[in-house]
Amino acid sequence: MAELQKLKGRVWRVGHDVDTDLIIAARYLTHSEGDYLASHCLEDVIPDLTAKVQQGDILVAGKNFGCGSSREHAPVALKYAGFSCIIAQSFARIFYRNAINIGLPVLVAPEAAAALEEGAVLEVDAATGVIKDLTKQQTYRGEAFPAFMLEILSAGGAIPYVREKVKQQYV
Amino acid sequence: MGMTITEKILAAHAGLEKVAAGDLLNAKLDLVLANDITGPLAIKEFAKIGVNSVFDREKVVLIPDHFAPAKDIPSAQQCLDIKTFARQQQLTHYYEVGRTGIEHCFLPEQGLVVPGDVVIGADSHTCTYGGLGAFSTGVGSTDLAVGMAQGELWFRVPETMKVVFQGVPQNPWVTGKDYILAVIGKIGVDGARYKALEFTGEAISNLSMDGRLTMANMAIEAGAKNGIIAADAKTLEYVLSRAKRPWKTYQSDEDAVYSEVVEIDVTKLQPQVAFPHLPSNVRDVAAAAAANLPIDQVVIGSCTNGRWEDLQAAAQILKNKKIHAGVRVIVIPGTPEIYLRAVREGLVEIFVEAGAVVSTPTCGPCLGGHMGILAKGERAVSTTNRNFVGRMGHPESEVYLANPAVAAASAVLGRIASPEEVL
Repeated sequence: MAELQKLKGRVWRVGHDVDTDLIIAARYLTHSEGDYLASHCLEDVIPDLTAKVQQGDILVAGKNFGCGSSREHAPVALKYAGFSCIIAQSFARIFYRNAINIGLPVLVAPEAAAALEEGAVLEVDAATGVIKDLTKQQTYRGEAFPAFMLEILSAGGAIPYVREKVKQQYV
Repeated sequence: MGMTITEKILAAHAGLEKVAAGDLLNAKLDLVLANDITGPLAIKEFAKIGVNSVFDREKVVLIPDHFAPAKDIPSAQQCLDIKTFARQQQLTHYYEVGRTGIEHCFLPEQGLVVPGDVVIGADSHTCTYGGLGAFSTGVGSTDLAVGMAQGELWFRVPETMKVVFQGVPQNPWVTGKDYILAVIGKIGVDGARYKALEFTGEAISNLSMDGRLTMANMAIEAGAKNGIIAADAKTLEYVLSRAKRPWKTYQSDEDAVYSEVVEIDVTKLQPQVAFPHLPSNVRDVAAAAAANLPIDQVVIGSCTNGRWEDLQAAAQILKNKKIHAGVRVIVIPGTPEIYLRAVREGLVEIFVEAGAVVSTPTCGPCLGGHMGILAKGERAVSTTNRNFVGRMGHPESEVYLANPAVAAASAVLGRIASPEEVL
């Protein structure tokens, strides 16, 4: 099994109950290409987000992040916008599954989600759930993933994971 | 310890005698659904898995309803993508515009979903079928692709929150929409996060099938994985003339384990209105009317309230009335069958005489797609399910969620209004 690399990036903060309409509005769902979706990601929350976010940055959210529509376009938009990971107090369940399925680590870490400040530089070990705030020299622990979810993330998402299983069935 | 309906259905589909909340299992899927927005992405992912055909061509349903009839060239392409895939895979259940409806109105009506099923749909309102006593839940396009390929999917067995509805509402305009808005108002938009919401009690037994489907439909708005109502005589009467497959009914055991039990007395419940920008932000209609907010648009339709009984309630209010000069009203029957009945029984005439437009079935305005988008600063009363920022158009527009009678009364008075003010 491939190892999950440690992630490093700056914090961007959003509030509670950020829904998938806010992450990517339905008016952009006539396309499913990642770069296109990223260009409109969270545009009514953080204007010009794509110009500001650097590859690897980390989104930190309040409770119930990703509620509402099941559109997988939402985690896809966040991934292509450059976010390497999302840390939240809690996630809406369809969004959580979708993010894992496309290989975007999502960490439930209420303490970190409350404390982390915008702009702080983090080092995140998604495999163990350990979050280090390098700016303030603080360490937080998020919930660890069940083993099979970690396998999906390590494979790069559900499709590579299932493709491997399908291949083995025919061997 | 006994099991809840949700646990029993999941156990039966995983080949297990007994399951409990928190268990992870693989369940066989009875139906896999996608639409013109989520379908194209699922088809793209399906192609990467390395199988040539879907697990069962009778069990994959593709419905063009969100941006259909196509609103522009890119959405026309998305509709074509699912049509092409349906042809290649020789799917039984692809339905072209004119013979299709809003997916969650259409599937139960056509008997494609039956009690006891496990259904996944790449649409968050797939939880609607819990109104029939099925386990159904929304997934993303990747899970859908896996479901189409393998005919099974992993699930974590959810805890069940039981909501008991006591009493008989004194207000004749209180509907299933008001019951579910009251629940969301009480427990919040994440009050049932990851859980099954099981609706029971006298008021549910008395509730019509249309009302039950409306309630299960909005379980997701409390964060639930599924909403569920035990099948009873009313369910079987509904299913009998429609079902395309055998069904199985389940009841929760007396000693089933619930994470919480919430009680709601509906005796004094008033119609509810959810103010922007969360479905939990509810007020009684009288308080909402007192805010005296002028409105620009009314939408009566959607997977939440686009069924026969919903149109009937709106028509009862709008009969021999004129819609307020400043308001546009868009009525959207959920399926061709409902549309035709509305034509034959004179409802369409009532709507058009009153000054409304009657649209072909589409999700359209609910998600800010087409057929009634709001401009900056505009305000709508809508029978749909979400009032998030920008949901129906401009980020500075507003959506107020209500039942069809309240929406129709508001259309007449040009502000949020209760049905009694009009009749």
